[in-house]
Amino acid sequence: MVAKQLSIFLENKFGRLTEVTEVLAREGINLSALCIAENADFGILRGIVSDPDKAYKVLKENHFAVNITDVVGINCPNVPGALAKVLNYLSEAGVFIEYMYSFANNDSANVIIRPSNMETCIKVLTDKKVDLLAASDLYRL
Amino acid sequence: MIWNESIECMDREGLRKIQSIRLKKMVEYVYLNTPFYRKKMQEIGITPDDIQGVEDISKLPFTTKTDLRDNYPFGLCAVPMSQIVRIHGSSGTTGKPTVVGYTRKDLALWTECLSRCFTAYGADNKDVFQIAYGYGLFTGGLGAHYGAENIGASVIPMSSGNTDKQIQLMHDFGTTVLCCTPSYALFIADAIKDSGIPREDFKLKAGVFGAEPWTEAMRKEIEEKLEIKAYDIYGLSEISGPGVGFECEHQSGTHLNEDHFFPEIVDPVTLQPVEPGQQGELVFTHLTKEGMPLLRYRTKDLTALHYETCECGRTLVRMDRILGRSDDMLIIRGVNVFPSQIEDVILGLPEFEPHYLLTVDRINNTDRMELKVEVRPEFYSDEINKMLALKKQITSRLQSVLGLGVDVKLVEPRSIERSVGKAKRVIDKRKL
Repeated sequence: MVAKQLSIFLENKFGRLTEVTEVLAREGINLSALCIAENADFGILRGIVSDPDKAYKVLKENHFAVNITDVVGINCPNVPGALAKVLNYLSEAGVFIEYMYSFANNDSANVIIRPSNMETCIKVLTDKKVDLLAASDLYRL
Repeated sequence: MIWNESIECMDREGLRKIQSIRLKKMVEYVYLNTPFYRKKMQEIGITPDDIQGVEDISKLPFTTKTDLRDNYPFGLCAVPMSQIVRIHGSSGTTGKPTVVGYTRKDLALWTECLSRCFTAYGADNKDVFQIAYGYGLFTGGLGAHYGAENIGASVIPMSSGNTDKQIQLMHDFGTTVLCCTPSYALFIADAIKDSGIPREDFKLKAGVFGAEPWTEAMRKEIEEKLEIKAYDIYGLSEISGPGVGFECEHQSGTHLNEDHFFPEIVDPVTLQPVEPGQQGELVFTHLTKEGMPLLRYRTKDLTALHYETCECGRTLVRMDRILGRSDDMLIIRGVNVFPSQIEDVILGLPEFEPHYLLTVDRINNTDRMELKVEVRPEFYSDEINKMLALKKQITSRLQSVLGLGVDVKLVEPRSIERSVGKAKRVIDKRKL
């Protein structure tokens, strides 16, 4: 249920993002989700890939500042109020969300969450029968 | 260990006598053999008779780098070219290089100075020296080479660059002493880590680092990363090259070979001598050089001298770490800033790599400093807030040390150029 997410520190420099994707492409690594958090100086690319350990290794070898962070992926219906319900479970349990990103696909939506407390987060979501995505499924989306 | 105990540990009174005799002889020598000095002395109305000992040294004229350039290439030589056996030049990053000529005796004297250095670092004929200073016009490579051979060590004349090979030979040949610039030492340390060869497979125990100013914090960094003892070696081509000064095992200041090079500290503005222990510009007068002896050469290096006997037993004067160069000092919005202050801040924060690039520019008539620094891999976070907190930490530390605001830019690992020679850490666009 806990998935490995890559976080890559990127300077705001022309072509840098292209280089990341090219390095991954060369190694046959697929990106299944990504988002970029940015400010004036730099950005942090967070992404789910088909083979996080391999991706981590090759990016390190190419001198990228890369980290692996644990995240949890959920699947919820693509209808109004569905996400609110999930988030409500978490806030009631005192789980803070550091960041999240999501995308909807027809009837369902995939949401990737970085919670402040992974253990409580998983417990709450499991108890409430929220559809958690297996890490292996997430890598293959 | 001490190479030349009778000189290095001589009582100061005796040393002063030797210096006085040599200075008097030197002034007569240049008056006779260097038209440049004869003219200079005539202009200020002094003759060699006015110099009876080192107490009279302040009567002598100064020599600057500009004098060397004006007399390019061999105008300051005191001997005919037939007696010059070696020619070196400074790196010449700004304009024409400054040229120095050595006689056979000058080379022997230089070798003696380096033998004293290496012996003070605990090296002897059982050691394997890897000389990763540049060979060629730059004095570092050949200077260290001859000194290491003279103490009987085995010498690997690698020159700088080709880091993979440096590491391979260091490993295969069992190098025990590495000679290079401190910035290249850090580069090598990173490369060793990348190579995956365990540290215990290397025999490295000491490093001889010089040719650029470095701080105590940088020493600590090198000593930790390479697991060696890191010694400072001081020199400049105009005076002879590396080996003008060296540290002993106590690492409590750089002993100067003052029986050959007479040091003074003067106020860089008034040019008046300062009291012992006071900071100012270091000035050297050659006492024994034949090829191109210089009187009161202004090094532009800012430091202080201490005359108390060192714990090692040496009486040779000790020089503080070079605070910076009077010509490297940046004046930003009226405030004096030395790159060494910035280096100190960075090295004091474990979250950052020791490499940096400072760019000074003038925007809308206001001086701006931009500092690029790399965060150490283990401190990169996936949270923007944590990264911004790191940036804020270094910005406020710089603000309190310099009294000035610096625009800090966090950059990617290894995006700041690593240097195999002298590191270029400051770009002043205002001068362009």
